[in-house]
Amino acid sequence: MRRLALAAALIVAGTAFAQERAIPLEKLRSGYTFLGDDLRSLQDDDFANPGLLWVSRGEKLWSEPAGRTKQSCASCHQDARSTMRGVAARYPKIDAESGRLLDLEGRINLCRARRMGAEPFKYESEALLALTAYVARQSKGMPTDVSIRGAARPRFDAGEKAYHLRRGQMNLSCAHCHEANWGKRLLSETISQGHPNGYPVYRMEWQTLGSLERRLRACLSGIRAEMLPYGSPEYLDLELYLAWRAQGLPIETPGVRR
Amino acid sequence: MPARIQIAPKAKAGEIIEIRVLIQHPMETGYRQDDVGHPIKRNVINLLSCRYNGVEVFRAELSSGIAANPYLQFYTVAETSGEIEFTWIDDEGNQGSERQSIEVSA
Repeated sequence: MRRLALAAALIVAGTAFAQERAIPLEKLRSGYTFLGDDLRSLQDDDFANPGLLWVSRGEKLWSEPAGRTKQSCASCHQDARSTMRGVAARYPKIDAESGRLLDLEGRINLCRARRMGAEPFKYESEALLALTAYVARQSKGMPTDVSIRGAARPRFDAGEKAYHLRRGQMNLSCAHCHEANWGKRLLSETISQGHPNGYPVYRMEWQTLGSLERRLRACLSGIRAEMLPYGSPEYLDLELYLAWRAQGLPIETPGVRR
Repeated sequence: MPARIQIAPKAKAGEIIEIRVLIQHPMETGYRQDDVGHPIKRNVINLLSCRYNGVEVFRAELSSGIAANPYLQFYTVAETSGEIEFTWIDDEGNQGSERQSIEVSA
């Protein structure tokens, strides 16, 4: 009887473990692996990767004073190369002071408001993209590792629900492409698993660097669904779910995508 | 117009050196329209020139066919130590420039 109970417990533990990941670790593939040789080598090129133009600008902005306090990011955080190492891998994250869920962009703007007395950068502004890319670049190669415990849990659950919600005229959820059909063709493209580990990315279609929110909006438009405005909490929930789903994939910022 | 330039800082005289240039620019083609259907004016970097100690060693005329944030790679022969200067201009008349020094040993 005891042996039976133990076996049952093991099975329960086994399924619980299996549910801890949306995609098994051995099948987890970065968007990078779905690219052709040309774009892969462009991302890998530490000079020619066009996203590095924004990283260079972000590096300058890091130590540029702004706002009422005339402080820069560097005034508090000193050298980003050490203080920002691994930070991007842990975002989106709950801000302890306000209890709000923040992505990296949100954190930068909150810092500007709270510590610098400066105006927040606009969504998709060159400055915000540059600073985000510079901060995220410091975590290059580190595995995505977000917390979904505590106050993050309800936001994660909402993100998971949003991920599986059918929407738009095509009545598709994120999961219909990126969970059930990744690796198959959508016209000339191979459907990727939809991971956020390279953001902000330089996207060929955009001819510029763009945020994960911009990419989510592009997906929504693609399935003919309503695009939520920038900064909607639903994007953040989704970003948290996506980051958890990519758990273990190394940060590639600035990634290059099709 | 921020740019990235890559040249080996040291070379031997007579050596062929690689020069890589990446400039941030939208390279607006002139063939697109805005949200209300008005044509967007062409604005591309139309000329890029590279001078080695004042002597032009490379010149490129670019047009609508070149993607945003153009990347160029070319070669020249290292002769004497000095400065390699890059200048470029777009259709709106905005100019950009960068310079980098090179040390050439005999």
